[in-house]
Amino acid sequence: MAEILVLVDHANGEVKKVTFELLTLARSLGEASAVWIGPGYEAAADKIAEYGPAKVYVAADAELNDYVAAPKVEVLQQLAAGAGAILVPATAEGKEIAGRLAVRLDSGVLTDVVGVTGDLVAEHSIFGGGVIAHAKVTKGTPIIAVRPNAIALAAQAGSPAVEQVSVALSDAAKAAKITDRVVQEKGERPDLTEASIVVSGGRGVGGAENFKIIEGLADSLGAAVGASRAATDAGWYPHQFQVGQTGKTVSPQLYIAAGISGAIQHRAGMQTSKTIIAINKDPEAPIFELVDYGVVGDLFQVVPQLTEEIGKRK
Amino acid sequence: MNIVVCVKQVPDTESPRKLKSDDNTLDRAAADGVINELCEYAIEEALLIKEAHGGEVTVLTMGPDKATESIRKALAMGADKAVHLVDDALVGSDALQTSYALQQLVGRAGADLVIMGSESTDARTGVLAAMLSERLGWPQLTLANKVEIAGTAVTIQRQTDTGFDKVEASLPAVISVVEKINEPRYPSFKGIMAAKKKPVESLSVADAGIDAGQVGVANAYSAVVDHADAPARAKGQVVGDEGDGGVKIADFLASKKFV
Repeated sequence: MAEILVLVDHANGEVKKVTFELLTLARSLGEASAVWIGPGYEAAADKIAEYGPAKVYVAADAELNDYVAAPKVEVLQQLAAGAGAILVPATAEGKEIAGRLAVRLDSGVLTDVVGVTGDLVAEHSIFGGGVIAHAKVTKGTPIIAVRPNAIALAAQAGSPAVEQVSVALSDAAKAAKITDRVVQEKGERPDLTEASIVVSGGRGVGGAENFKIIEGLADSLGAAVGASRAATDAGWYPHQFQVGQTGKTVSPQLYIAAGISGAIQHRAGMQTSKTIIAINKDPEAPIFELVDYGVVGDLFQVVPQLTEEIGKRK
Repeated sequence: MNIVVCVKQVPDTESPRKLKSDDNTLDRAAADGVINELCEYAIEEALLIKEAHGGEVTVLTMGPDKATESIRKALAMGADKAVHLVDDALVGSDALQTSYALQQLVGRAGADLVIMGSESTDARTGVLAAMLSERLGWPQLTLANKVEIAGTAVTIQRQTDTGFDKVEASLPAVISVVEKINEPRYPSFKGIMAAKKKPVESLSVADAGIDAGQVGVANAYSAVVDHADAPARAKGQVVGDEGDGGVKIADFLASKKFV
């Protein structure tokens, strides 16, 4: 079986769920190998082993985290010979790594993939979820960036062989140096793109203070908070939480839109969610065309009542 | 400083977007073309840098004849000149091929700085700036929500999921921008009139020194094998709030085992 390399996505000692999705997918395509880049593997080893890679490559040099994208590209390039495919998360960084690696390896790259079959045909959900397309890499080693939340997790315990990888960074790889990492919103909430439930607020929320109502509902469900562009443009919620065409694409099990009309640009970021609920005063709001369940009403009445009701039923 | 802005014309999100049934490439005739939104932010940032540091802003576009509409908009905003790569041989080029073509154009333009949007609204691959940086061997300063230049030193704030990273590099460099970075200006009447006199160089693949055997759908690194409209969502239930809207949603969530 061909080796399928999986780039482990981790930050601050935490392995992102998409890594386990990629390992699950890799096992269905060949022999899964995880690629860990940066310090801290030991603490994550047990968790990674639960998803059955046959091997883990560890490039542990702390310096690998100090530069944008290029060092990770160098590690993956070193390991790519003989691989049947390389899977990375379709996050902003993951896609950039995939792009650079594709140039290095002179190989095709597929981004924002939501499924891959055994013959490496990838499924894309394009134009904001309106069209499903299947595509295949025709040159080189397929490099595939897979959207978080697209692959159903399946654990398979194993005890992978660990192989240390050493990398001598070129000057070119050190060209863009990260001098500081600033965390603007540190919360206990799950990552927006990985969350199984997302609660988003829009123009109808009316102000930054009122986002507490949205956060309250999110916390009652263990959900991530999102925002429409109207809300982030107005400065009510930080830009990195924007869901939509110029923001994040989310595909959670449950998406609750409060005070969001559902402009096509917002729909492009959320309409592949499995179950959609909307609360909006305007019965004509286009968001209601997408919903599984909708309430025409004032979010300031409905959302707190919903939060309280969920609390009661726990 | 020579600043190059890569601009893409995309199908308007508000009009029907589809792939062609024969070769699965983008059906450009089906939809109205507009300048990719994030490209306007890239143009604005280039103009701000020019205003602060001097130099010239050149717009590069690869696309069909009607992409001149997007070039005119960029020139009307204040870009100085444009290069339009237009050739049937390019139709269906993927991101790798596009980055190769852009590399040739950037080389011709003698740029110190390349600025582009972080992704396009049609393909949304988000890989092009990274690919171009790799090809040029220039630092990758992508997902910028703030750019500062002092001499040949460039510092950006790189948007992350949790905030931002500060990243520094030296010119020449490739920058991609997110929408938070600025507020693109509207072209003034004077700008629109002036744009008509600005030079637009139209190049074929051969003119640009691009190997035709490296571009186009037949030479692409990936192929779309089929496509279909996504299945329509089943029509859901919409109810009015009669003072119990929250309870009703909770009931629905319970029926779906979310609570």
